[in-house]
Amino acid sequence: MQTNLSTKTRNWMAVASIPVMIWTAIPLLWILATSLKGTDALADPTKNSFGNFWPKDPTLENYRVIFTGGASDLFNPALRNSIIVCLVATLISVILAMFCAYAISRLDFPGKKLILTTALAVSFFPVIAMVTPLFNLWRQVGLFDTIPGLIIPYLALTLPLSIWTLSAFFQQIPWEMEQAAQVDGATSWQAFRKVIAPLAAPGVFTTAIIAFFTAWNDFVFSSNLTSSNNSRTVPAALAFFTGASQFTQPTGAIAAAAVIVTIPVVILVLLFQRRIVAGLTSGAVKG
Amino acid sequence: MASIELKNLVKKYGDGFPAVNDVSLDIADGEFVILVGPSGCGKSTLLRMIVGLEDITSGDLMIDGKRVNDLAPRDRNLSMVFQNYALYPHLTVFENIAFPLRLAKGQHNEDEIRSKVNQASSMLELNEHLERKPANLSGGQRQRVAMGRAIVREADAFLFDEPLSNLDAKLRGQMRTEISRMQRRLGTTTVYVTHDQIEAMTLGDRVAVLKKGVLQQVASPRELYEQPVNLFVAGFIGSPPMNFLPAQVVGSTLKLPFVDVPISQNLADQIKGHEFVIAGIRPEYFKDASLGGVEGVRFSAVVDQTEWLGNEQYAYIPFEAPEAVHSTLEELDRDLDGEGLRTQLVVNLDARSRIREGQEAELVFDPELMHVFDPNSGDNLTRDDAKATEIAQDSEDARRAALERARSRESVSDRQAGEDAAGSQEAS
Ligand SMILES: Nc1ncnc2c1ncn2[C@@H]1O[C@H](COP(=O)(O)OP(=O)(O)OP(=O)(O)O)[C@@H](O)[C@H]1O
Ligand SMILES: [Mg+2]
Repeated sequence: MQTNLSTKTRNWMAVASIPVMIWTAIPLLWILATSLKGTDALADPTKNSFGNFWPKDPTLENYRVIFTGGASDLFNPALRNSIIVCLVATLISVILAMFCAYAISRLDFPGKKLILTTALAVSFFPVIAMVTPLFNLWRQVGLFDTIPGLIIPYLALTLPLSIWTLSAFFQQIPWEMEQAAQVDGATSWQAFRKVIAPLAAPGVFTTAIIAFFTAWNDFVFSSNLTSSNNSRTVPAALAFFTGASQFTQPTGAIAAAAVIVTIPVVILVLLFQRRIVAGLTSGAVKG
Repeated sequence: MASIELKNLVKKYGDGFPAVNDVSLDIADGEFVILVGPSGCGKSTLLRMIVGLEDITSGDLMIDGKRVNDLAPRDRNLSMVFQNYALYPHLTVFENIAFPLRLAKGQHNEDEIRSKVNQASSMLELNEHLERKPANLSGGQRQRVAMGRAIVREADAFLFDEPLSNLDAKLRGQMRTEISRMQRRLGTTTVYVTHDQIEAMTLGDRVAVLKKGVLQQVASPRELYEQPVNLFVAGFIGSPPMNFLPAQVVGSTLKLPFVDVPISQNLADQIKGHEFVIAGIRPEYFKDASLGGVEGVRFSAVVDQTEWLGNEQYAYIPFEAPEAVHSTLEELDRDLDGEGLRTQLVVNLDARSRIREGQEAELVFDPELMHVFDPNSGDNLTRDDAKATEIAQDSEDARRAALERARSRESVSDRQAGEDAAGSQEAS
C-alpha cells in the first residue's frame, strides 16, 4: 500500500503503536513464559527473573505432560477433533457462503435483503441462548458428542460472517468483468471460474481465516455439546486438565496447550498473508 | 459477417426511465455505423442491448434476419470494447487478448493463438507490454488491450464504445486510420460510439444521431452536415458548430441581426405564420468580402475577437437575440451540452484575411446555403430531400467501392501468398 504520509506523521504513528503492541504481546509472552515454568517455578517467584515473569530455568516439562504425559489422553484427541471440526466447518461455510454471496451481489431476486438481514440477526444472537435447546435436541437426535454435532453449530456461527464478508468482496468486483467474459464467449460458469473466482480469491482466503478462527476459538458449544474425547475440542479440553495432585493447579499444562493451539493460527496467517493482497482488481476498469 | 436490424427498440430501466426510445435502424452487412449524441443520450445502452447485456424492454433485434432478443451474449458472436475497458486484472496483456480464443475450445491450437494475438498486438503497438498486467498500464494502453481483445476473434460484428477516448491526439489519429483500414479489410459490420467529431465524420459509412434516447437522423456524414433534419442535428454535427441566428419574418425577407436576406416564395409560404424563425449558417459559409470571388448577401459587423490557427482563422461577432427565440436557443444549447455562452456569430475565415479584432469586417455569404428552422419543432424547413437522396446514393456507392477494393486487394495478397508458398514448395 502506498501512503503519502509525511515523515513526522509516520514517526508519531510508530510511537503510538508501541503501547498497542505491548498491550497485545504481553499476555501472549506471559503464556509462553508460564508454559516454560516447572511446577516449583510456578509456586516460587524467586525462581523467576523480571519479577516472576521469565523462568530462570526454562523447561519443556509442561509440553511433555500434554503430549505424552498425564494430560496426553485428554489433549491429543482434543487437538485432532479441533483440527477436523474447524477445517470441515470452514470449508463448508466458505463454499456455501461463496454461492450465496455471489447470488446476493450479482442477481436481483426477491428476498435478497431478507437473507442478509437474517444472516446478520443470527450472528447477533448470544451463543449461550442457542446452547440449551441444542443440547436437548442433539441428545434426542443422537448428535450429542459427535463431530457433526459440533460442525453444525459452528456453521451457524461462521456462515453469516462469511456471507457478509464475501458479498462485500464480490460487490467490489466490477460487473463488467463478467459481462466482458460473457461477450467473449464464456458461459456463466466459465465467467465465474475464470474471472470472478481468481479475483475473489483474496476475499475467500480472508473469509476462510476468519471462519476458521471463530470455530477454533469456540468454547461454549464445545464444552456443552460434548462429553468425551469423541468430539471435545481443545478450548473445552483445557478445562478438564488436572494437576499432578489434587493440590496443584494445572497452570503450566494449560499454558503449554494454549501455546500449541496458537501455532496453527500463526501458521495460517503467515501462509495466507501473501494471498490477501488488496487492490487486485485495480486496472480492470477506467478511473 | 452479419447485418443487424433494430426494430422499434425500447429500453426502460428499473426506474421507468426510457434510456432508449423507439430506435429503428438497419445496419447492412459490412457497414460501419457511428452512434453519436451528447452524454447520457443512450449510446452505451443501445450498444449493450445489441450485444445482449441489457434486456430489451420492447422491440425486435435481428441479426442476419434472426430475432435474437432472448439469445445470451455468447451465442450472438459479437465482440465489444467497453467504455471502461473491463480488462481482466489477473491476466497478462497477452492472456487478456487471448481470452476469447481460449474460450472457443478446440478451435485454435497454441500456435494459432500466439500468432493471432501477436498480429493484434503489433497492430495496436502493444508488443512490449504483452507480459504486463493491466494495473501497470496507462489508460491509453489499457484501451488498446481492450481493443485487441475485441478484434482478435472472428466476430460477426464489432461493437466499440468510445474505444479511442483516452488516447493522445497522435495515437488517436493513427488508430483511427488503423481501425478504418481493418474494418474495410475484414468487412466486419461495426457499430462505433464516439464523442469525437472527426471520428464520427471520417470513420462511418453512416452516422446515427441520438438525443435523449430518440434517434434523430441516420445518414452519411455529408448528408448530416449539409442536409440536417432538425436544429439538434445541425448543431451537433460540425465543429465549430453551426451558427443559429434569430430571423424576423417580414413578407419574403428574413431580418437577421446584421442583414436582411431575401427568401424564395416557397419558403416564405411555409413560414408565414411565424414571427421569428431560426436561421442556421455554418461558420465557413461566411467569407471575407474584401478577398472577393463570392456572390451573395453582403453585410458588415464589428469583430470582437479573432483566433488565427495558421490554416484558417475564426472571428467572433456577438449579437443580441430577441426574447422570442431566446428560450429555443437556450434549450438547444442545453441539449447540446453547451456552456451557455452568450450569443455570438462564429465565422471561419481564410487565413489570408486581414480582418482584425475591433475592426469592422465586410462579410458575404450565399443565402442558398442557409438553413431555416421552425423555432417550435426545430424542424429544418429548407432540407432538400432530392439532394439528400443523391448524397445518400453517392456515399453508398463509395462504401461498396471501398469494400470491393479492400476485398480485391485481399485476394491479390492471398493469391500472392499462395503462389509464394507453392513456389517455395517447388524449390524444396
Ligand atoms: N443501470 C441503469 N439504471 C438506470 N438508468 C440508467 C442505467 N444505466 C444508464 N442509465 C440511464 O440511461 C441513460 C443513457 O445512459 P448511457 O450510458 O447509455 O449513456 P451514453 O449515451 O453512453 O452516455 P456517455 O456518452 O456519457 O457514455 C442515462 O440517462 C442514464 O442515466
Ligand atoms: Mg456511454
